[in-house]
Amino acid sequence: MNIQADMVQDSLGQMCPMPIAFLAKNVKKLEVGQVLEVDADDEGAHADIPAWCEQTGNEFLGEESVEDFVRYFVKKTVG
Amino acid sequence: MSEEKKATIIVFSGDMDKIFAALIIATGCAAAGMDTTLFFTFWGLNAIKTGKPIKAKGFLGKMMGIMNRGGINRLNPSKFSFGGIGRILFSKMMRDKNVASLAELLQTAIDLDVNLLACKMSMDVLEITREDLIPEVTDVVGVATFVKEAAGSQIQLFV
Repeated sequence: MNIQADMVQDSLGQMCPMPIAFLAKNVKKLEVGQVLEVDADDEGAHADIPAWCEQTGNEFLGEESVEDFVRYFVKKTVG
Repeated sequence: MSEEKKATIIVFSGDMDKIFAALIIATGCAAAGMDTTLFFTFWGLNAIKTGKPIKAKGFLGKMMGIMNRGGINRLNPSKFSFGGIGRILFSKMMRDKNVASLAELLQTAIDLDVNLLACKMSMDVLEITREDLIPEVTDVVGVATFVKEAAGSQIQLFV
């Protein structure tokens, strides 16, 4: 997946709900149209990050598995 | 973000595990952009006490303050409490799994602008004053405030 992220959130080792709590805080800092990459190894994140996007109206661009964690890409679409 | 959505959670229990659930749900709701309120009543007030000795005047109030001192780091689990050892064991297990502590979760909820409301009537009964509660508590209120918040909420829970 070839997505250029504007900010990278390191959530490795974090458990629910911290990846989502930081995701919400970091997306606030971005401009509309910018992309946040969340690196997470919590298994719940694969369902939680798309669910958060659906709930908030932001766009889930996709995910990419890398060795022992997953990169999730979220585009801020709501101001 | 969908600002109009709301979540209201009554926190009646002061058990470590139940407070844990309430705080995780609250941070999840707040992170999703929901206007989130935690309504602390009765034993639940222990989660938002400073943990310092409470300033009760009456004899029974003073006894409650000693037996039921509270503070986010002094809550016991609802099972396997073992007179306080359970709390240490659970805290260790959570730390080993990298799960955020109760204090960290409460701080995260505060950072995400979760409203912390304290029930005035329970405070009167247990002789808890505003000074016994952490400064981040948004307001001290009655049942009508809860009804107003809950009536406009998509999520209402009782923990």
